[in-house]
Amino acid sequence: MSITKYDVEHIANLARIRIDTADIEQYTLDLARILELFQQMDSMDVKDKEPLAHPQDIELRLRNDEVTEPEMRQKLQSVAPSIHQGLYSVPQIIE
Amino acid sequence: MPYRQNLSSIVGMLNRNDISSVELVQCFLDRIQKHSDLNAFISTDPEQTLKQAQLSDEARARGSSSDLSGVPIAHKDIFCTTHMATTCGSRMLKDFISPYNATVVELLSKSGAILIGKTNMDEFAMGSSTETSWFGPTRNPWHGDHVPGGSSGGSAAAVAARLVPAATGTDTGGSIRQPAAFCGLTGLKPSYGRISRYGMIAYASSLDQGGPITQTAEDAARLLQVMAGFDRRDATSLNKQVPNYLDHLCTSIAGLRIGVPSNFVDDAVNSEVLDAIHDSLAEFEKLGAKLVEVSLPSSKAAIPCYYVIAPAEASSNLSRFDGVRYGYRTDSFNDLDELYKKTRSEGFGLEVKRRIMIGTFALSSGYYDAYYRKAQQIRRLISDEFESAFKQCDYIAGPTSPTTAFGLGEKTNDPVSMYLSDIFTISANLAGIPAISIPVGFDKLGLPVGLQLIGQSFDEQGLLNLAHSYQQVTNWHEVIPTEFT
Amino acid sequence: MAWETVIGLEVHVQLCTQSKIFSGAGTMFGAEPNTQTCEVDIALPGVLPVMNKEAALMAVKFGIAIGANVNRRSIFARKNYFYPDLPKGYQISQYELPIVSGGSVDISTPNGNKTIRITRAHLEEDAGKLLHQQANNCSGVDLNRAGTPLLEIVSEPDMRSPSEAIAYLKKIHTLVRYLKICDGNMQEGSFRCDANVSVRPKRNDQFGTRCEIKNLNSFRNIEKSINFEVKRHIDVLKAGGNIAQETRLYDANNDLTRSMRSKEEAHDYRYFPDPDLPPLVISDDLFSETQALIPELPDHRYKRFISSYHLNEKDAEFLTSDREIADYFEQVVSICSDSRKSANWITGELLHRLNQNGLDIKNSKIAPPMLGELIQKINDGTISGKIAKDVFDEMWRGEGDANSIIETNNLGQISNTDIVDDAIDKVIENHATQVQQYLDGQSKVFGFLVGKVMQATAGKANPQLVNQILKTKLTRKHEISD
Repeated sequence: MSITKYDVEHIANLARIRIDTADIEQYTLDLARILELFQQMDSMDVKDKEPLAHPQDIELRLRNDEVTEPEMRQKLQSVAPSIHQGLYSVPQIIE
Repeated sequence: MPYRQNLSSIVGMLNRNDISSVELVQCFLDRIQKHSDLNAFISTDPEQTLKQAQLSDEARARGSSSDLSGVPIAHKDIFCTTHMATTCGSRMLKDFISPYNATVVELLSKSGAILIGKTNMDEFAMGSSTETSWFGPTRNPWHGDHVPGGSSGGSAAAVAARLVPAATGTDTGGSIRQPAAFCGLTGLKPSYGRISRYGMIAYASSLDQGGPITQTAEDAARLLQVMAGFDRRDATSLNKQVPNYLDHLCTSIAGLRIGVPSNFVDDAVNSEVLDAIHDSLAEFEKLGAKLVEVSLPSSKAAIPCYYVIAPAEASSNLSRFDGVRYGYRTDSFNDLDELYKKTRSEGFGLEVKRRIMIGTFALSSGYYDAYYRKAQQIRRLISDEFESAFKQCDYIAGPTSPTTAFGLGEKTNDPVSMYLSDIFTISANLAGIPAISIPVGFDKLGLPVGLQLIGQSFDEQGLLNLAHSYQQVTNWHEVIPTEFT
Repeated sequence: MAWETVIGLEVHVQLCTQSKIFSGAGTMFGAEPNTQTCEVDIALPGVLPVMNKEAALMAVKFGIAIGANVNRRSIFARKNYFYPDLPKGYQISQYELPIVSGGSVDISTPNGNKTIRITRAHLEEDAGKLLHQQANNCSGVDLNRAGTPLLEIVSEPDMRSPSEAIAYLKKIHTLVRYLKICDGNMQEGSFRCDANVSVRPKRNDQFGTRCEIKNLNSFRNIEKSINFEVKRHIDVLKAGGNIAQETRLYDANNDLTRSMRSKEEAHDYRYFPDPDLPPLVISDDLFSETQALIPELPDHRYKRFISSYHLNEKDAEFLTSDREIADYFEQVVSICSDSRKSANWITGELLHRLNQNGLDIKNSKIAPPMLGELIQKINDGTISGKIAKDVFDEMWRGEGDANSIIETNNLGQISNTDIVDDAIDKVIENHATQVQQYLDGQSKVFGFLVGKVMQATAGKANPQLVNQILKTKLTRKHEISD
């Protein structure tokens, strides 16, 4: 499995990361080496192994349906880069 | 000098009124100031910290104190705190003041501990050397040209240089144990679910676990005692009773079986490291433990497995940093796409972007089964192998890292060689089981060697007892780097 | 060529919990922007989700109600994409193992009943809202809705016309309100729908290329948008063109759908199990507790209303379309034992009043026992149907119950034979001409005479008694004159 510049651009777009054209080659090489590392998994026999998503075999704990959090808009928005009339501001979006 | 004392001694000094919290805090603040070239701290707030110490002394005078009253501690800058910035070593959060405290921060604060500062770390905990921090690398107190390990390198350097008696860290693939080994300290990664992850900025959620970095196992027991426990805000924290860790120290280890995996001996382990490990194992035998050979054949796939799972989870965990609700936002942008891309490209460093890219790729359509699912299956394999190994032994021992602390800049341009240095620590994270690193010697350069002990799920007390027993008959843990005595 | 329409629907049902699905913030609709949010909802660094039990149980109720398989172990997954209304950059949803699989509902069509299969229903969190055209030339993000629990119900492509689609939607709408898991308010967005529409030549087995229509928030819009889309597909195909698989937005102002090119970039959601949330397990105990809470469902109730209460299909359908109305009806019947009159009063007078005042039946100013007693008063002859309407008005105004209103206003019927006798005698005496006309065979005049008697008693004479006595007296007169 090899990785192309096109793949790198596509992944960068999915991850919303801008990569300078000059750096794409280096990223491609780095990722290719990391994928080589991944290929070490190929030799492992994992047939019938249930994927392990959580290290502890536990069930989801369920919380009672109660409002426990006080109103805290001011506190939360004190760290926001741009607020307009209580709303988080983002560039105009046309749908 | 109080700064040379370990956490347990300091608790005793405070309890006997040999020293006040203000004196203690002032002493450590002076040292932090004096050794700022180590770059172990990202934030301190001397005024506020002294005020806290003052309050602590006043409370004690009124007869009100608890386990860690008046003891200064440092938090890795990954734990959210309301009265110092929480940067996670990133430009993305360089000025971020969290509106809430992490559960671990609350617990330590309730126990009376005083937050003296936030320590440097690899950006978003992604690294093994503390070189990826936006705030510059931390130096190893044992040798200024070497790395302190990572990602909790700032915490380890601070404790090793006696700038603080104890610190918190987090461990996703070795980030507590490897810097503890590189800095000659005791570092414990508890079982997954033992300590709440609420307020600990997530790198890889199914692997991350907080823990103590201290001089001794006894200190680690004291800190763990406060940090451990169920948290209703963390669905992955276990509702399981926390034993009294100090009570379990000093139990005889005679008859315990320590498994030594055969593959620890072969590849790539530095011979000086290997010698120190063998000596330490001989010491355990003298204490009555039995060494048995165990086999963990799948651990050779641990590195690729980890470097699929951790970046995959990270790529998703770090999507929230988009310049909309908090944190860094790029100066100029014309539309939403530009806001996102410029903010994230400027806010994240190279290694973080690289791991986000790896993770995004591993999860992307068409590759999920080949990478992510396969990695999770290998994870099961590794976990199963530990389970059967623990039928033949009570603990597993080996080097924490194949080498001692490497040179600053030595591996920064070679991500894969950096990843390979985590080979011995990663498996415990994948299996969710506890592991501890303790100092067991030095190499010719005078850099510490760490021994890793791995235990069964929720057997932190056993690990601490094993480490404590060793520390009762050795003094590696008492050696202070020359410059910092 | 004849064409066949194929429709599948995705319904987003907002579950009416007090708090959010993964946080303890409130879910109040219409609150000031960003006041129903906490650390978790705005996705601060380090926060973690904790699952709301009620949301899980509501999904289980729905699963049981549609005869589905309630998966005792289901998995939350992250759906990754960037958008300002999605604070974490991923939506917590269910992917490979949803809480509900399979099941079906029956709809009635002109050709009889038809079963619509349901593929799955899964739990997920709602996104926030974007407000466009803010004064500062920016869009604004309100995260009050972010994290509100949703149940997404996905049907098989089993519907063949817009009217079948509407029937299915109404069925789901009725069902979720019966189960009290959703308030069904479409204006407020508590019940939303996306439609997957395609066409194919009749008798063709293969499905055509489908388009997904978004932004459907009323039954009327859903019907109109599907109609538009079907016509567009047929036009394109007839002209030899191809339909592109895409997402389209319904523009209600211009009654058309348009391509959402802004969202057309290759979607790759990179689903994976959420490491913050262990598997959701529904234990046997929890399952049976929930099962016990399932009320009688609309289909069953409809059939029972026809068989036990002898209602016609139209009344039965209306009365069972809403659990509160059906409950109201049954309470009225339990008092007066007259199902037909109960149905008539509810579908007539009461509904009229409720609509006039913009009220729900649960806010009716007349409680079911009051209406039941009123009907009882008609049936036991205390008042006439006509007077009953006046009593109803008084009750609506809050003047008391039927008994006290009748007494206070002296509205009881005159069933005293002597009084009625007297009045009739006077009427016969004073209207000799009309009496003669009646005796000559003009039977219509009888009504006129009854009217006069009622007038003479201020409308309080028992009409049946008047009829009976008047008829006897006139018959006697006839015999005499013969």
